[in-house]
Amino acid sequence: MSAKLGSIEETRAALGDAGYLAGESTALVCFLAQRLGKPVLVEGPAGVGKTELAKALSRASGRKLVRLQCYEGLDEAKALYEWNYRKQLLRIQVEASDAGWQEVRDDIFGEEFLLPRPLLSAISAQEPVVLLIDEIDKADQEFEAMLLEVLSDFQVSIPELGVVEARTHPLVLLTSNNSRELTEALKRRCLYLWLDYPDSERELEIVRLHAPSLDEDIARKLVEVVQMVRTLDLKKPPSIAESIDWARTLLLLGAGDVDGELIERTMSVIVKHRSDLDLVAERVGVKLSDGLVGSPRPS
Amino acid sequence: MARRLLELADELRREGMAVGTSELLDAFAALAAVSWTDREGFREALSATLAKSQEDRRVLELVFERFFFRTAEREAVERGVTEQGSGENRGEAPIDLDALRERIREALSAAEGQQGDGELRDLARLAIAAFGRQGEGSGVIGVDVQRIRRTLGLKAAQNVAQPPDPESVPLERLRAFEAHVRRELERALIERTQSLPPAKPLRELDRALPTGAAHDLAAVHRVVAALRRRLATQGREARGRSRSPAVDVRRTMRLSLQTGGVPLELRYRPRRPRRPELYVLCDVSTSVTSASVFFLSVLHALHDSFRKLRSFVFVERISEVTEVFERERSFGAVSRAIAGDAGVADVSGYTDYGRVWQELLGLVIDDLDPRSSVIVLGDARTNGREPRADLFARVAGQAGRTFWINPEPRLYWNYGDSVMAAYEPHCDGVFECWTTKQLEGFVNAIAHNR
Repeated sequence: MSAKLGSIEETRAALGDAGYLAGESTALVCFLAQRLGKPVLVEGPAGVGKTELAKALSRASGRKLVRLQCYEGLDEAKALYEWNYRKQLLRIQVEASDAGWQEVRDDIFGEEFLLPRPLLSAISAQEPVVLLIDEIDKADQEFEAMLLEVLSDFQVSIPELGVVEARTHPLVLLTSNNSRELTEALKRRCLYLWLDYPDSERELEIVRLHAPSLDEDIARKLVEVVQMVRTLDLKKPPSIAESIDWARTLLLLGAGDVDGELIERTMSVIVKHRSDLDLVAERVGVKLSDGLVGSPRPS
Repeated sequence: MARRLLELADELRREGMAVGTSELLDAFAALAAVSWTDREGFREALSATLAKSQEDRRVLELVFERFFFRTAEREAVERGVTEQGSGENRGEAPIDLDALRERIREALSAAEGQQGDGELRDLARLAIAAFGRQGEGSGVIGVDVQRIRRTLGLKAAQNVAQPPDPESVPLERLRAFEAHVRRELERALIERTQSLPPAKPLRELDRALPTGAAHDLAAVHRVVAALRRRLATQGREARGRSRSPAVDVRRTMRLSLQTGGVPLELRYRPRRPRRPELYVLCDVSTSVTSASVFFLSVLHALHDSFRKLRSFVFVERISEVTEVFERERSFGAVSRAIAGDAGVADVSGYTDYGRVWQELLGLVIDDLDPRSSVIVLGDARTNGREPRADLFARVAGQAGRTFWINPEPRLYWNYGDSVMAAYEPHCDGVFECWTTKQLEGFVNAIAHNR
């Protein structure tokens, strides 16, 4: 356990140093996760910083990040381990006829012929790591069941080799976009963290952190616009990542002020559907021209 | 403390949360790691370990508030503690209602963080005291809260689209104030009667997530996305004989070249699940007004997810709205279009199921085949007209599967002019459904029904 994460405040400070402004509950859950050695299930809308949290945790605790991206059809050969068939075959051919069956079998099912995939490598790592299992809801239900052994006992059973137990305790984060209900068995083994869109103050801090050279007034206006856009009934509300992107776009353009015209030009950074674009143009553009957003411009 | 926590867990279970022993053990371990004096930290630690979904979190928050508030009150009653002193004190100075109104409005409009919770609570007490003097207390807490709000002339700020009204206050702040008023009223009631009111289960409304239409829509969309996933990946869940797939000889042979012609690993032909064809009929008559927004959002979400979908709305007659949904992407525009278009379907405002089936048969009889599913969203209230279950049976017979989603509780079915019993035998499944949770139940049911 890293000495830096000894209390909730320290966890929050360490995450802050790693470029992640954690809320009250986020810091608490991260602290509990490494104190209790339990995996964390992070849920929330897309782009609120679920994956980023894992990266920040790995930076904050000085651990390596092992990432497993889930997708439909992911199986244990790609997540846990696989036997290196070709190498085994070569081995058999080299040994050829003079070795007995028993020796060959013992030989080719050794660690030398095992290809560790993310889960196994996270568990067998010499140094403790941060294991990120991203978008677990995209994987099949069967895969979840396979995860149970890894997550609760931190071990992997390989029929030919026996049980590989964790040398160190990885810090596990699972993220989910809630596109499918996860199984109870998996949820039961995890701490639960719900990340939501931040309020404007925190979002402002985040934007300022990632685009420090952006003028404060503009950043404030930008956040106000993004927050307003989120209250509209959009197909895909803009995420934090997108407001940061937008801030950087404005920096690149060297924009001095957020006004209706500029919004229209750069809106595609935060809004990704055609119908949403129309809606935002209609609502937000009007508001900006009325001068209701932000402080009055210095003339 | 352990006992209190177990009581809390009990109460959570009564609200339908699955709190297992392992969760409780986690909760104890987590509580050992945080300080107990910090209320927020305490609650967060509990919700991280006990709650496993966003909805659970909401329930936990509500129950937590109620539970610890009641625990404190119970102790107060047991020890005979009352707050006499402060009450008398207040009685002496007359309370100027207008001044109070101003103060409350100021406090509510002020940015969050400037005013502590304590000040809001004091104001809530003042308001109750002032209100009580006018002698209008109804004895029902919920009614009193609303009356106090009205007396004070507090209005919530409308949505962002409108220019801010100087009279109005931010909605969340108003909610917070109302919560304080409610709690103070409860406290007063407990003091008066020297006993605790029975613990009531959270109302379905309190815990149902959606409050605004937009929120609702998002939830429905999520469920329907799940429905599509289930329908699309069903082949994988097949059990028994149909489970083992066919070997793809070509790909297996090609792979075996790596291993010197020995097919070490088999490749299987992927399953191609059939594409579902849906026919959705949606009742938009006055008897289901409250549910029709929900229904329309279901329909809207279905259109987002399924390509082969034809949708119909009906009142007295039926009209196809597939094009409307395909043309309009935004929900608001769709409901406006359908409301404006309702003249097609609506003549008298009363549902005529018999006529609807007749017309449906005329429209789709040639297209219905065993691969298609029919989903009816309606309350099966015929207003005394002929149900014509025989026609419905023909529709159901032509289609592969037929489902009926009824927005009324099962209890009300077949009472009055509801003829659910006539249609039920022809359906593959009938469901009561007026929340997204139940919609999820429906999705689960039809996914396993194949």
